[in-house]
Amino acid sequence: MMNWNLYSRGDRFFAIVVSVLIGMFTVATLYPFIYIAAVSFSSGFAAQAGKVVLTPIDATLEAYGYILWDPQFWVSYRNTFIYTIGGTLMSLAFIIPGAYALSRPQLKGRRFFNLFIAFTMWFNAGLIPFFLNMRDLNLLDSMFGIILAFAVNAFNIILLRNFFEAIPQSFEEAARMDGANDFQVLWKVYMPLSKPAIATITLFCIVSRWNGFFWAMVLLQSEDKIPLQVFLRHTISNLSDDDEFAIVQTAAGFSAETVTAAIIVCSIIPVLIVYPFIQKYFEKGILLGGVKE
Amino acid sequence: MVDENTNTAGQPPEKAAIAVHEAARHHIDDGRLIRLFDHFKREWQIYVMLLPTIIWFLVFLYKPMYGLQIAFKDYSIFRGVANSPWVGIEHFHTLFANDQFIRAVKNTVTISFYNLLFGFPAPIILALMFNEILHATYKRTAQTIVYLPHFISSVIIAGIVITAFSPTAGIINTFIGWLGFEPVYFLTQPQWFRPIFVGTGIWQEAGFGSIVFLAAIAGVNPSLYESAVVDGANRWQMMWKITIPSILPTILIMLIIRIGNVMEVSFELVILLYQPATYETADVVNTWIYRQGLQSGQYDLAAAAGLFNAVVAFVLVMTANTLSRRFSRTSLW
Repeated sequence: MMNWNLYSRGDRFFAIVVSVLIGMFTVATLYPFIYIAAVSFSSGFAAQAGKVVLTPIDATLEAYGYILWDPQFWVSYRNTFIYTIGGTLMSLAFIIPGAYALSRPQLKGRRFFNLFIAFTMWFNAGLIPFFLNMRDLNLLDSMFGIILAFAVNAFNIILLRNFFEAIPQSFEEAARMDGANDFQVLWKVYMPLSKPAIATITLFCIVSRWNGFFWAMVLLQSEDKIPLQVFLRHTISNLSDDDEFAIVQTAAGFSAETVTAAIIVCSIIPVLIVYPFIQKYFEKGILLGGVKE
Repeated sequence: MVDENTNTAGQPPEKAAIAVHEAARHHIDDGRLIRLFDHFKREWQIYVMLLPTIIWFLVFLYKPMYGLQIAFKDYSIFRGVANSPWVGIEHFHTLFANDQFIRAVKNTVTISFYNLLFGFPAPIILALMFNEILHATYKRTAQTIVYLPHFISSVIIAGIVITAFSPTAGIINTFIGWLGFEPVYFLTQPQWFRPIFVGTGIWQEAGFGSIVFLAAIAGVNPSLYESAVVDGANRWQMMWKITIPSILPTILIMLIIRIGNVMEVSFELVILLYQPATYETADVVNTWIYRQGLQSGQYDLAAAAGLFNAVVAFVLVMTANTLSRRFSRTSLW
């Protein structure tokens, strides 16, 4: 490790410049979030006039009041939890046994199955055939359809398979002696040894489910099924050109901007709460992610 | 097989010999069959574990590939994929005569090029800078913050951009006002779309992207730096002479992967940020497919565009894979 006291004057100058630049980039990353939070607590008039810079102007909770009294907000919030939890469990139910089977040397046709899965990373039928397939399967406007159709992807299976393959066979010998079958070996030997990899995949699943937007927008029509991201999108695109809303907001203390900002804050909060816990995993995960097919 | 080889009598010797040989091989085949049966009896559990995944891939990823044939058909919802009449490559003629589609292809390549030019170096520079910071807590805090936007959904990112760049309410125009200029209608003017889109991408992904390069830097042999210190090199020289050459294989591989994904502009964010006024510079292949197919119902034409996109992407990815394998001997992975 480098020692500050051994640094020449030039090196110290260089280190200080770099620290300042990093600081500037960090502030630039953080600032939009602070700005949005400030807008969400400002009055509609102040926000519309562009007066908000760093702190709330004419602080008020009107925007949050408008959102929190909207039953649709709570419905879509609940749905996002259903998609995130249900979808992640569904993913793990496919991926863990699938990756274990693919990691077994005695699996017949192992090369074929690996190629069968990896091929989907390189070639994709695209939006239209996928959509028509969902319609043929009667999975349009279906919560279960969303949970099932996005449960598996090649990348996560390959990532976990590689991890399983790296576990020495000797670990399972004791269990085999006791007459354990493959399900027991997976459950009692491989899964406990693979906690970091499984945690990483769980994290990937949770993040992609929580943020999932495009297919939810395309596939879901019923308002009682849409997730938070779709609700947020509807709100952003509707508020600004909704005349009725314009009349209501003049009377109240909020505006399209403050309401949008308030929903953004509400949907970021769970991410911020979970974020510190997941950080150590995603740094590992992205390195596990250097997968070979 | 069985009928042909059971009767060996009355045949020329060499043929008989071949027949006997075949029979012997057949006998081994029987043994193989028995062993295969034993294998499945003993190992059936791993096949049970694999089956759901295989079925899932067939139903959700391979069946749409079968459905891709509508790119060569006059698809009608009522007739379905299999029964719609073939029209050959008519849709591809339509496609390449369509100015908007051609524009979308050009926009995709252009936006990807800007992403590469500005977005690719950003995480490398960031990782090199993080490597120069001695204060552990400062470094840790900064890293935690710059990784964060990666985990934020594109809807929120777009919401922030729309709010911040709004002509009357947005902070950007507030700053522009302070400088004494007229407000700029950023999101309705075509010339602003690409800078905003690429800039947003850098803001969101540069931090997270630096993790790979930081890992590569952590793998550099420390004795290289020690001997450089003995030789009186300063940090700037060490960065150029040791760190950058050492992580060059990683940089190359990441660059190749990026080039392989040229057709993959994050169209979700495009959908959220563009509008008819900015289609000129913003419309990419996947957003065009989305409008033609899912919004206007021209499924066959849109599927043809999707097939074109997928084939180009496949060729690029395969080329990239081959190249990266050539470099991977010296790489991290």
